[in-house]
Amino acid sequence: MGAKAENGPKPPPPLSSPPPFKALVKLKTKQQELLIRSAALALIYVLAFAIRLFSVLRYESMIHEFDPYFNYRTTLFLTRNGFYEFWNWFDSESWYPLGRIIGGTLYPGLMVTAALIYRALRFLTFAVHIREVCVLTAPFFASNTTLVAYFFGKEIWDAGAGLVAAALIAICPGYISRSVAGSYDNEGVAIFALLFTFYLFVKAVNTGSLAWSLASAFGYFYMVSAWGGYVFIINLIPLYVLVLLVTGRYSMRLYVAYNCMYVLGMMLAMQIRFVGFQHVQSGEHMAAMGVFFLMQVFYFLYWVKDMLNDTKLFQSFLQITLTCAIGVGTLALGIGMASGYISPWTGRFYSLLDPTYAKDHIPIIASVSEHQPTAWSSFMFDFHILLILFPAGLYFCFKRLSDATIFIVMYGLTSMYFASVMVRLILVAAPAVCLISAIAISATIKNLTTLIRKKSKAALTVSSKATSNLKASAKALLDQSLPFQRNGAIAVLVGAFYLLSRYAIHCTWVTSEAYSSPSIVLAARGAHGGRVIFDDYREAYYWLRQNTPPDAKVMSWWDYGYQITAMGNRTVIVDNNTWNNTHIATVGRAMSSYEHEAYEIMQSLDVDYVLVVFGGLTGYSSDDINKFLWMVRIGGGVFPVIKEPDYLVNGEYRVDKGAAPKMLNCLMYKLSYYRFGEVTTEYGKPTGYDRARGVEIGNKDIKLEYLEEAFTTSNWIIRIYKVKPPKNRW
Amino acid sequence: MAKLALLFLFALPLLLSLTSLLPLHCNAFSVDRPTDRRLLVLVDDLAIRSSHSRFFSSLQARGYDLDLRHADDPGLALRRYGQYLYDGLILFSPSVQRFGGSLDLAAVLDFVDAGHDLILAADSSTSDLIREIATECGVDFDEDPAAMVIDHTSYAVSETEGDHTLIASDDFIKSDVILGDKKIEAPVLFRGIGHSLNTANSLVLKVLPASPAAYSANPLMKLSSPPSLTGSAISLVSIVQARNNARILITGSLDMFSNRFLKSGVQKAGRSIKHEKSGNEQFVTEISKWVFHERGHLKAVNVHHHKVGETNEPSMYRINDDLEYSVEIYEWSGSSWEPYVADDVQVQFYMMSPYVLKTLATDHKGLYSTSFKVPDVYGVFQFKVEHQKLGYTSLSLSKQIPVRPFRHNEYERFITTAFPYYGASFSTMVAFFIFSIVYLYNK
Repeated sequence: MGAKAENGPKPPPPLSSPPPFKALVKLKTKQQELLIRSAALALIYVLAFAIRLFSVLRYESMIHEFDPYFNYRTTLFLTRNGFYEFWNWFDSESWYPLGRIIGGTLYPGLMVTAALIYRALRFLTFAVHIREVCVLTAPFFASNTTLVAYFFGKEIWDAGAGLVAAALIAICPGYISRSVAGSYDNEGVAIFALLFTFYLFVKAVNTGSLAWSLASAFGYFYMVSAWGGYVFIINLIPLYVLVLLVTGRYSMRLYVAYNCMYVLGMMLAMQIRFVGFQHVQSGEHMAAMGVFFLMQVFYFLYWVKDMLNDTKLFQSFLQITLTCAIGVGTLALGIGMASGYISPWTGRFYSLLDPTYAKDHIPIIASVSEHQPTAWSSFMFDFHILLILFPAGLYFCFKRLSDATIFIVMYGLTSMYFASVMVRLILVAAPAVCLISAIAISATIKNLTTLIRKKSKAALTVSSKATSNLKASAKALLDQSLPFQRNGAIAVLVGAFYLLSRYAIHCTWVTSEAYSSPSIVLAARGAHGGRVIFDDYREAYYWLRQNTPPDAKVMSWWDYGYQITAMGNRTVIVDNNTWNNTHIATVGRAMSSYEHEAYEIMQSLDVDYVLVVFGGLTGYSSDDINKFLWMVRIGGGVFPVIKEPDYLVNGEYRVDKGAAPKMLNCLMYKLSYYRFGEVTTEYGKPTGYDRARGVEIGNKDIKLEYLEEAFTTSNWIIRIYKVKPPKNRW
Repeated sequence: MAKLALLFLFALPLLLSLTSLLPLHCNAFSVDRPTDRRLLVLVDDLAIRSSHSRFFSSLQARGYDLDLRHADDPGLALRRYGQYLYDGLILFSPSVQRFGGSLDLAAVLDFVDAGHDLILAADSSTSDLIREIATECGVDFDEDPAAMVIDHTSYAVSETEGDHTLIASDDFIKSDVILGDKKIEAPVLFRGIGHSLNTANSLVLKVLPASPAAYSANPLMKLSSPPSLTGSAISLVSIVQARNNARILITGSLDMFSNRFLKSGVQKAGRSIKHEKSGNEQFVTEISKWVFHERGHLKAVNVHHHKVGETNEPSMYRINDDLEYSVEIYEWSGSSWEPYVADDVQVQFYMMSPYVLKTLATDHKGLYSTSFKVPDVYGVFQFKVEHQKLGYTSLSLSKQIPVRPFRHNEYERFITTAFPYYGASFSTMVAFFIFSIVYLYNK
C-alpha cells in the first residue's frame, strides 16, 4: 500500500513545499527517492509475509491440505538422511505393493530449498523445527517475489510501476491462495522462480548480455527443479522469440539471450531426474528446439544478407532456405514422432489446449477440482480490480511497444488463457496480471500528478469539462487545453485511490476468510455463532498410528494417501501422486463393487484397513460419497465391469430410497452409511438423515460381512474399517 | 476300571478348583508341544463311559486327561477368565437338546475358532443342536431323523440277514498322515446316519466315504421316494482342518467308537476273508491321533534370507541381487519335533503374482533352502511359503521385503558400447576449445 503514497515524491519536489524532515532536505533528490523507494519496498516485503500468516494465527503452525504433506515428509527425510539417500529413496510405504521411487519422481527444488534454509538457520544457532521452516517457506518466497516483481516492473516500465507491481502482487489473492503459511507446495517457490526467470530473460534480451542470459538459465534450472509448470516457460519464451522474429525485431541481443538460455537451461534441466531427457524427447519441449534452430537459420540469413549486396538474389535465397529449413524441421519432427523417439503430448497438455479433453479421456485429471475450468466469479475473487486494470495496462504496453513490453503482454495473454482453462493456473497468471495492472496504475497516476503539478505552477485557466475515467484522463494528458483538467484529474486520482483501497480490503478479507483454511482441520460456525473445530482427520490418523500394526496397509481413495503416510505412518495402496492409473482404478473398483467382490480385491492387495471420509453427520460436502462417481468412472475406465449407469437413476446420482440398487449395496455406500441409519442428525428429521446431501439415506440396515468397524472419529468424518481374515472353518 | 473312574470323579472338583485358581495350569496347547492334554468328553448317557471305555482308555494311555461329563451338567464351561479349560472337546452326546452350564453352539464354535479340536459323533437320535454344530463345520447330516445309511453291497455279514445298516467300509482316504503308516487291513464297522459335505466349504474332507451303492433312508419303512442322499455323496466320517489348524472329526456313528464294534470280528459282504477284529480300533485310534495333533503338525522356524556371501538379513534388496532363502520345518511326532522331509516345499517371491517360484532343497534335517536372483522389478515383495498338504497343518509364511532399483552410483560408469559417444563428445569439446583459441587470437 505504501507504493501508491510514494508515487508523489518521485518527480522533483516543488521548491515551494515545506521540508518535512531536516534530514531529508539535506539529501539530494535522488537519494531521497532511493530512500523512500527502498523503505516502501521493505514495507511491502514485510506485508507480503505478514498477510500470509492468517492461517497460523487462526489455526496453528501446521502443514495444509494434501500434497504439502508429501512434501513435508520428503523434506523430513532429506534433513534426516541427507541428499544422496533422498535422491535414491525408494519408498515402500506408498503404492503398495509397487512402491515408488521418490527421488526420481518428484521435483526436489522445494525440499532442497527448505532443507537449505533449515541448515542455514541451524548454522546460525536458531533451534527451529523443520516443520516451522516448511510452514513459512511459501510466505518467505512470496516476499521475495515482490522484490522480483519490483525489478521486473522497473525493467519493463519504470521504477514506479515496479513498486506498484510489488505492492499488488504482495496481496493478490490469486497468488496468496497457494502461498499462505502452511501451504508447503511446489507452487510456493515456483512462482518466484517463474517470475525470476522471466525477469532475467527480459533483462538478457534488453541488454544482450551473456551474463544475464546465463543467470536466466540458472533461474530456469531452479524452476525446473521446483515445479512441472516449467513447461510454461519453455513454451512461452520460444513463442515470444518467434513473435519478435515475425515482427522483425530480431537482434543480436535476442540471439545471445535465447541461445544461451535455451542450451544451458536444457542441459541443467536434464540434471533433474524426473525431467531427464524430456527436453529432447517430449513433444511439449519441441517448440523450444524448433525456435532454437530457426534462430540459427535467421543468423545465417543475416550473415548471407551481409555478404550479398544483391536484394533480389537474397530474396530468392531467403525463399529457398526458409522452405528447406521448415521442410527439414517438419520431416525431423514427423520421423521423431513416428519412430516414438519424440513422445506425444501428455494428457495434461492436451487438456490445457482443449478444456473438454480431460473430461472425455482422462477422468483422473478431470476428477481434481483444481483442474476444472475457471468460473467467472473466481476470476473476480482472485483478481478484483486487476481484472479491469489488466486491459488498461495492455493498452499502455501497446502504446509503448518494446521487447520487454511485448514479453509481458504475451505472458499476460497466454497465462490468462490458461487461467481460464484450469482454476489452479490463475496462480501463473497472477504475476502477469499484477505487472500489467501496475503499469496501468503507475502510468495513470504519474500522468495525473504531473498534470496537477503543472497546472499549479503554470496557473492556466481551466474550462469546464469533467473527465470521469482513467482512460479519458490519460488522453486528457495529451490534450493540454482541456477544460477542468485539474479538478478532473484530482477526482480521478481520488477514484483510483478508492479502488486501490477497496482492493486492499478485498485481499485481506479473502485471505483471512477463504485462503487460510488448512483443510485438514475444518471450522464451522456453531449454533450460537461460535467457531466449531472439526479435527477429525488428525484424530483418525493418530488412531492409525497408535492402534494398527506398523506394516498395516490402508486402502482409501487416493486423496488421502499422502496424509495417511505422513501423519498415520502407514502403508497406502494409492496416493496423490497419481502415476499408476490401473492401481487407482483397482481401488475405485473395490469401492464400487459389492462387498464380497471387494473383499477379493482387498485380499489380493493385502489390505488391512479401509478408510472412508464421510460428511453426512456434519454436512461436510467434499466427502467420499460426493467423490464416488469419479471412483466409478476411473474404475470403469480400466475395468469395464464397473458401469456408471448402474449407480445412477435416470442419470441422477442419489443416495436416498430411490437410488440405484447397486449404489445402495456397493462397498463405499456401506462403509459410509454403516450404522448411520440409527442416528438422528437433525431435529425434526428422520433417522439416517444425510446432512451433506440433504436426504434420508436409502439403506439403513447395513450389515457388513467381510469388514468390521474399527474406528469412527468423533464427528464421523473419518471411518476406518478392519478387513476381517478369511472365515476359519470355510 | 470303575474304581479308577470313581477316583477320577472325586478328583474332578479339586482339579477344577485348582484350574480356576491357576488358569495357566492347563494352557497346554503350545507351539512347542502342540498335542492337546485335557479333553472334555460330553455324553448324554453315562453308560457310554463303560460302553466306549476302550476308546477312552486308549486316549488316557496316550497321556490325555479326560473330563467326562453329562452333556447337561449345569457346571459345564469351556473357558474361565478368558482361558480355555480344555484343549479338545469330544461330543459323544448326539441326543442332547441343550448343553448345561455356559456351553452352547456359539461357545463350541468359539472353542474351535480359538484353535482347539473337536470330535463329534452322531447317531440316529441326533438333536438339532448337534446338527447345527456339524452344519457350521461344513457338514450336513441327513435331515430325515429316522434315516440311516443302508448299503446292500458292502454291509457286514452277520448271522441274521438284518437290514444292512451295519456297514463295513474300507474305502479310506489315502493319507498316511491322517490314518497312520500302518495300513488298516480290516474294514471299519459303521452304523449310523450319513452326511454330505457342503460344497461351499473347501476345508472339509471325506475320510470314509460310503460306497456308490449306499443310500440314506429309514430302514423300517418301505422306500417310497428316491432317497435324498445316495452313493458316494454320503460321507461316513469327515474331517475339517480349519484355517487356524484346529481339527474337527465328524461321524454319523457313535457306535463306531464303542467297545462292541472295536472288538467284533468283521466280514464284508461278497468277500471270503473274515477278519478276527474289525478295523475300528486302529481307525479311531489313528484318526484321534491326527485330530489331537499327534501327527501332521508342522512348524516353520528360523526363516532366513540374505544376500549370497553375507549372513545378515537386509531390510531391503536391490534388483538383480542374488539371495539365499532358508527355513526349517519340523513335524510334531507326538513327543518331539522331528525334521519334516518333503521334496515339494516351494517358496515364492511374490508381488501380486509370483515372480520367482522355486522348490526348496532339503538336507533331511529339517532345513530347506534355495537361492535365486531377485527379478529386475522393484516393489514390495514377499517371500511366501504356502505349503498345503493333505493331512498336514497348513504352513503359510510370508515375509515382506522391499526391492529397490539401482542407486545413482550403482550403474556402470563406462559402457563399452558407448565409447563412440564418449569419443564424439570429448573430440567436440577439444575441437571447440581449439576453435575458440584460433578464432579469438588469430587476427
